[in-house]
Amino acid sequence: MMPDLGKYAGTVLGAYAATLLLLAVLVLLTWARGRAVRRRLEEAEAEAKEMRRG
Amino acid sequence: MSLWEYANPTRFMATTRRIVPVVAVLSALCLAVGLVWGFFFTPDDYRQGSTVKIIYIHVPSAMMAINAWAMMLVASLIWLVRRHHVSALAARAAAPVGAVMTLIALITGAIWGQPMWGTWWAWDPRLTSFLILFLFYLGYVALWSAIEDPDIAADLTSVLCIVGSVFAMLSRYAVNFWNQGLHQGASLSMDREEHVADVFYYPLLLAIAGFVLLFVTLVLVRTRTEIRARRLHALQMRARMA
Repeated sequence: MMPDLGKYAGTVLGAYAATLLLLAVLVLLTWARGRAVRRRLEEAEAEAKEMRRG
Repeated sequence: MSLWEYANPTRFMATTRRIVPVVAVLSALCLAVGLVWGFFFTPDDYRQGSTVKIIYIHVPSAMMAINAWAMMLVASLIWLVRRHHVSALAARAAAPVGAVMTLIALITGAIWGQPMWGTWWAWDPRLTSFLILFLFYLGYVALWSAIEDPDIAADLTSVLCIVGSVFAMLSRYAVNFWNQGLHQGASLSMDREEHVADVFYYPLLLAIAGFVLLFVTLVLVRTRTEIRARRLHALQMRARMA
């Protein structure tokens, strides 16, 4: 299945590994921050609702 | 219905909630098919050998590095002219994504350049303008974080974005402006002399579509986060004053 990359195997695989790693980090950080902000906003909105009630 | 209605944060959140999953799935599909096709099922180039497979990540990331800045420029101009907060937040959301795309283009370019040019780096017009563009991205992100008042931050980063657009343009056209350096011309061109062969062209188009859709997905998700963060900040300020 793996194509024969010849003497440039390290070069090609290194380029793909670096790209996939950077994209994975970007996606994970985007997801993690989105989740954290969403949770904090829900908490803050619940607190604000409590304060309005009494 | 006017396009400006989407500048309303509530409307933007409602619309993008439905759009994001669709764009994310399309992005994953295009990336998977384009990269697998390119990596596993295309031949080696007669001059560059198997390193030609780097084209499927280098060209799309380089294109997105420039196009992300162009999108930020449009969003910044909308902010400066019409004061729509969503556009300022969308520009802010796009910057880290553009920075990563630029970094990928620089790293894969260096890795590709070493066996082909015999060097990791050269002060070539296109490479240098890309490095400066990357520094502009870092400066843009840092400026947003350094200023407390979001409207002042949006104003100043918009000005920085306009200035940086010169380097985004140079990154694209440096090869044409200064006919020197190691970097070749456009891989996708109307000129048959410059254009990549068809066997590389179609998987490359799919990989580009995947990168574009990934960019759109990430910017939409990050803009939604920025809108929530703005709302959170407002609630916290209100609670402090109460």
